[in-house]
Amino acid sequence: MTENVQHAGSLPDERPPITVVGPIAWVRNNLFNTWYNALLTISIIWLLYKIIPGLLSWLVINAHGFSAPVQECRADYSGACWSFVSEKLRFILFGTFPYDEQWRPLLTIMIFIGLLAASCDKRFWKPWFLAVWAGGLALVSALMWGGVLGLTYVENSLWGGLPLTIILSVVGLAVAFPMSILLALGRRSNLPGIKAVSVAYIELIRGVPLISLLFMASVMLPLFLPNGVTIDKLVRAQVAFILFAAAYMAEAIRGGLQAIPKGQYEAADGLGLGYWLKMRKIILPQALAIAIPPLVNTFISFFKDTSLVIIIGLYDLLGTAKAALTDPTWRGFYKEAYLFIGLIYWVFCFFMSKYSQWLEKDLNRARRR
Amino acid sequence: MATTTSAAAQRQTGTDAIIQCVGVHKWYGEFHVLKDINLSVRKGERIVVCGPSGSGKSTLIRCINRLEEHQRGQIIVDGIELTNNLKNIELVRREVGMVFQHFNLFPHLTVLENCTLAPIWVRRQPKAEAEATAMKYLERVQIASQANKFPGQLSGGQQQRVAIARSLCMSPKIMLFDEPTSALDPEMVKEVLDVMIGLAETGMTMLCVTHEMGFAKSVADRVIFMDRGEIVEQNTPDEFFTNPRSERTRLFLSQILSH
Repeated sequence: MTENVQHAGSLPDERPPITVVGPIAWVRNNLFNTWYNALLTISIIWLLYKIIPGLLSWLVINAHGFSAPVQECRADYSGACWSFVSEKLRFILFGTFPYDEQWRPLLTIMIFIGLLAASCDKRFWKPWFLAVWAGGLALVSALMWGGVLGLTYVENSLWGGLPLTIILSVVGLAVAFPMSILLALGRRSNLPGIKAVSVAYIELIRGVPLISLLFMASVMLPLFLPNGVTIDKLVRAQVAFILFAAAYMAEAIRGGLQAIPKGQYEAADGLGLGYWLKMRKIILPQALAIAIPPLVNTFISFFKDTSLVIIIGLYDLLGTAKAALTDPTWRGFYKEAYLFIGLIYWVFCFFMSKYSQWLEKDLNRARRR
Repeated sequence: MATTTSAAAQRQTGTDAIIQCVGVHKWYGEFHVLKDINLSVRKGERIVVCGPSGSGKSTLIRCINRLEEHQRGQIIVDGIELTNNLKNIELVRREVGMVFQHFNLFPHLTVLENCTLAPIWVRRQPKAEAEATAMKYLERVQIASQANKFPGQLSGGQQQRVAIARSLCMSPKIMLFDEPTSALDPEMVKEVLDVMIGLAETGMTMLCVTHEMGFAKSVADRVIFMDRGEIVEQNTPDEFFTNPRSERTRLFLSQILSH
């Protein structure tokens, strides 16, 4: 509950002493409040003093610029060779997509980023925005596959790099999310059949490593299919990801559901709301808000886990970076390659994390109990 | 004792009964929480249910809108018998408003949205109409100026008044109150009781579980005393307070009225 404390007494309010507020007080209270914190602060400063100069000299001072020839890099290894990144940029980002057509995956990335950014705004949380997403996905399919609108056809075995990573995670999460809500509700259902199926599914998937699920999807699934029927490798990986993410997200949502007090269910029941109405209007909005931190945790790890598709021969962002390193001319610049894609992963994850923090605060702002 | 109960039940059984409980039993596991409850409530009747804690009084009124399930006997509300039939349960719940001890407002919705949600989605009222009705009831519980705030921004007494308005927006035929003032700070009890008294004056059928004996004296048509899952005694407030028939009632009254 918000409290507005108003001092109406006869003594005037005074400013707090310098030991309570201000930078000196902050340093004292946060960095040197106990002897072991003081020790920790000093050791960390010492450690930074040791690390930062070396790091800076490799990253910047001794580094070879984006246009430095490879011979220059080979002559002096004391600095990073950023020309590796500029040389291999298009391959890392777009993989083996035909070189002259690479504006198509670039546009795909931009469409996805645009849609995701718009989805962050609560004003777009309306049913019609689903249609916008559907349109966006149709456009992306047209761009990536081609074969329509005069675009040449590109087989999806040639897809790679960042678009692949984004497609696998966005489509995966978008399909897994509604599935996970149903699974979480199913797990808490009073109907024994539904409950048993949900529990069995969640526990089965959670007990299996993602890698083995991917292997099963790529190696075992074809064995079960009738002769002549083949399912595309990308689709199989996508399905494995959806199955996997749904189980984990269901558990995050179940945590949220369990945090809703019984009184909320009773009040909804008492007003005559049926099960689905009660869930949609009362329980889920609150449960999902509570489940944001564990959900985003799942989103972030899931986004990075898409890099495991490399084991079934798909070239996502990590895969293309590794492939770029096999070029004999540029062999050996591991640090630059991994730093670069690490930075791309980090930017995405950082924005997810920041957005979730903002959303959590926004949803909680008005409803402090 | 058993004779008093059944005699009173006989006396109250009329054709205009809006709630009828016949031989209702309920168990929580092994614990026999309601024992042979016979109760008939006429339309427009105001009933206060009291008794020591654990006597089953909350359970009884929660059975009337099926928040709790009874295992034996019949409960008929507004002509509909409560069974496992979900459709019937929802029909009954539309006509029976309930006010809880802990308010149970929806914290993610504003006061106004709390009041309009069920009318819009359950009664299928147009939004504007539902909002007009909601404002009317919020006005009546004197909280209309807070309509766009969230429940968490209101005091306990204000929240409880909103909860009453929220129930009234469904135009219920019966209102159930489950210790509506027990969770409130003392200075807020009166504002909620005043709203309840005002509601009683409109002729609403009311069942209140409460320890507010002043409310019982001034408003109730009938006071029901429960102990250990049974209806021990039911009578007019005058008779109940001045001339209790059973020893258990006398003991209970001496405990709550002594201070």
